[in-house]
Amino acid sequence: MSNKKLFISGDEAVAIGTKLSRPNVISAYPITPQTVTVERLSEMVESGELKAEYMHVESEHSAMSAAMGVSAVGARAFTATSSQGLLYMAEGLHYASGGRYPIVMMNANRSLALPWSIYGDQRDSLSLLDSGWIQVYVEDAQEALDMIIQAYKIAENKDVLTPFMINLDGFVLTHTYELVEIPEQEKVDEFLPPFQTPNKMSFEEPKNLAFSTTPADNLEYKYQQNRAMFNSINVINDVDKEFGDKFERYYGGMVQEYRCDDAEVVMLTLGSITGTVRMIVDKLRDEGKKVGLLKIRYMRPFPEKEIIKLAKNVKAIGVVEKDISFGYEGTVFTNVNSALSKIDNAPLSLNFLCGMGGRDVSKSDIYNMFISLFNAVKGEKQKRVQFINMGVETDE
Amino acid sequence: MNNTDIKRITPKNITDKEFFYGHKACAGCGGSIAVRLALKVLGERTFAVLPAGCMSAVGFIFPQMAFVNNAIISTFPGSASMASGVSVGARALGLKDYKTVVFAGDGGTADIGLQALSGAIDRNEDIIYVCYDNEAYMNTGIQKSGLTPFGTKTTTTPAGKNIHGAQSFKKNMFEIMAAHEIAYAATASIGYPQDYIDKINRAKHTKGTSFIHVYASCPTGWGIPTETTVQIAKEAVDSGLFYLAEYQNRKFKLNKNPKSFFSAKDYLLKQARFKHLTDDDINIIEQQRDEKWEYMREHWK
Ligand SMILES: Cc1ncc(C[n+]2csc(CCOP(=O)(O)OP(=O)(O)O)c2C)c(N)n1
Ligand code: SF4
Ligand SMILES: [Mg+2]
Repeated sequence: MSNKKLFISGDEAVAIGTKLSRPNVISAYPITPQTVTVERLSEMVESGELKAEYMHVESEHSAMSAAMGVSAVGARAFTATSSQGLLYMAEGLHYASGGRYPIVMMNANRSLALPWSIYGDQRDSLSLLDSGWIQVYVEDAQEALDMIIQAYKIAENKDVLTPFMINLDGFVLTHTYELVEIPEQEKVDEFLPPFQTPNKMSFEEPKNLAFSTTPADNLEYKYQQNRAMFNSINVINDVDKEFGDKFERYYGGMVQEYRCDDAEVVMLTLGSITGTVRMIVDKLRDEGKKVGLLKIRYMRPFPEKEIIKLAKNVKAIGVVEKDISFGYEGTVFTNVNSALSKIDNAPLSLNFLCGMGGRDVSKSDIYNMFISLFNAVKGEKQKRVQFINMGVETDE
Repeated sequence: MNNTDIKRITPKNITDKEFFYGHKACAGCGGSIAVRLALKVLGERTFAVLPAGCMSAVGFIFPQMAFVNNAIISTFPGSASMASGVSVGARALGLKDYKTVVFAGDGGTADIGLQALSGAIDRNEDIIYVCYDNEAYMNTGIQKSGLTPFGTKTTTTPAGKNIHGAQSFKKNMFEIMAAHEIAYAATASIGYPQDYIDKINRAKHTKGTSFIHVYASCPTGWGIPTETTVQIAKEAVDSGLFYLAEYQNRKFKLNKNPKSFFSAKDYLLKQARFKHLTDDDINIIEQQRDEKWEYMREHWK
């Protein structure tokens, strides 16, 4: 029997994944390029296809605040945002993770003002890496849909109880169309049972939640939160396997390797750029070069173990990211180097900053990144942090 | 408004059950009286949501939780939105016969939480929003809020030679709420507890959003003896500086319309926060009061 396939955008895939996950309440506020998701969800609620309450909140801060209220009575919450909206709910992000509310949120990765830009980059979510949310970055619409379903299963696991952010590149994923396989509702229901949590207010067992602590108790809560994030690594891998066994799509859990087996030079990617890098890996392999690709799927928890395992056998690692931490380097690069610092004879590493504010990254740009890595291996001096496709010469 | 259809709660039949105790509020805290009385009316099937502020700060210090019923602290700006989520989430799960109430301070209501509150009323969420008004940001050490009255000395509106305390008047929260055509809005004072209880009861029996603005004295922030809390909250009304009113079905109603006022000067000067006021300052306060009353007497029959 062939499964149902639809030609849809990333935003629509997220809406369908959400519907299949049967949230009780959706609270969201519109922002480009997330809007199509909330529009589709509104239509599904209107038609009765999705039996959920849709809350027309007046801001993202309220979207997150309402989602916490929903979760605090044991109901399943969904929200979606992007960029300025994500920052506007920043207070709520830390609050939700500290309160252990397993809310699932889609974030359409978009540049941050100023200057204003509606186009994609990853500075919004990466600037909130420390907010205590699980962060996954997807490569295409299919993965976006599948990860919404997996997200609830991971976030709601009693050893995890941590909110979950699914990041997809603005426009490149949210607004491009592809053929997406739609899982059957019945099978999703088998995979994802209704939400159960001990961490809720009820009349059978009244609770006072979201309390304050003195310095005598605070650290233990933060320790537990950190533990839960580490616990999620096993759960992520188990859920990936269980999902694959049921729906025949495996994503590799924390990371996804591509032609890494005997690779000497490996590019680490985040999000939709992975597809283009994969093509260049194939091209270079055809030329006889030993290259590979490691798609970082999760930024939190961080795939340290997987990166270390790979790094032990390679000569150079490149990190491509649509992000910069001003005054330093790319945030993904910093995280990767932190992992590399834990092994002897670590490979050299270069950082390729690109795609910010929606700037194009072409195949030849990526090809040149690999060339730079090869040159570095040969001992030629390369800039450690490279801005790709700058329109002007720099005097550094 | 017509309260005859609702079973009245009076000192004779009010429950002996306590829902808010063991907290660490200062002696004579008016806010804690407002919370305590409201919960006696609303009962145990109530979810209480409290933003940052004195009542959450004194009620939820782990491991000593002060609410017998379900309660949760929200972010400072997010009480109305979190309460909305609680109310809608419970409904989505099929829960019946429950109430969701917010207890927020004046700052949490008139300033930082106003947007979320406006949104909740716009959606006509089934929540009761109680603003306990102690006329400043008390929890952070008595700073000026949008409901701090003219002339008040706070830690951010010092009373000196050049400026005599706060220079703005109280934001008109009650009418701002009414302008939303909210299902039910009222002002109250812990100095008139029966009136306050009646209004909470009315809110309990209202479908949709209710808002109750209750004047709640704060001995610590106001500089008054703790045993005068209730008396001073009564005098605020008797002097006409606060008023008791209701709004429902597009109509305003003044619940108390005294022929003459208790001396505003007496009310003010017994509080440390107003000690510096000159006769000119008090004239400004009285003039503003009289204009307000002229308007209310004409329009709110
Ligand atoms: C976003 C944010 N800004 C500021 C604060 C600091 N803060 C906590 S409580 C408070 C004052 C609360 O005043 P009010 O709402 O009047 O309640 P009260 O303390 O007087 O009872 C402030 C400013 C905060 N918790 N969150
Ligand atoms: S400072 Fe005022 S409002 Fe706060 S607990 Fe003390 S008396 Fe109550
Ligand atoms: Mg206050």
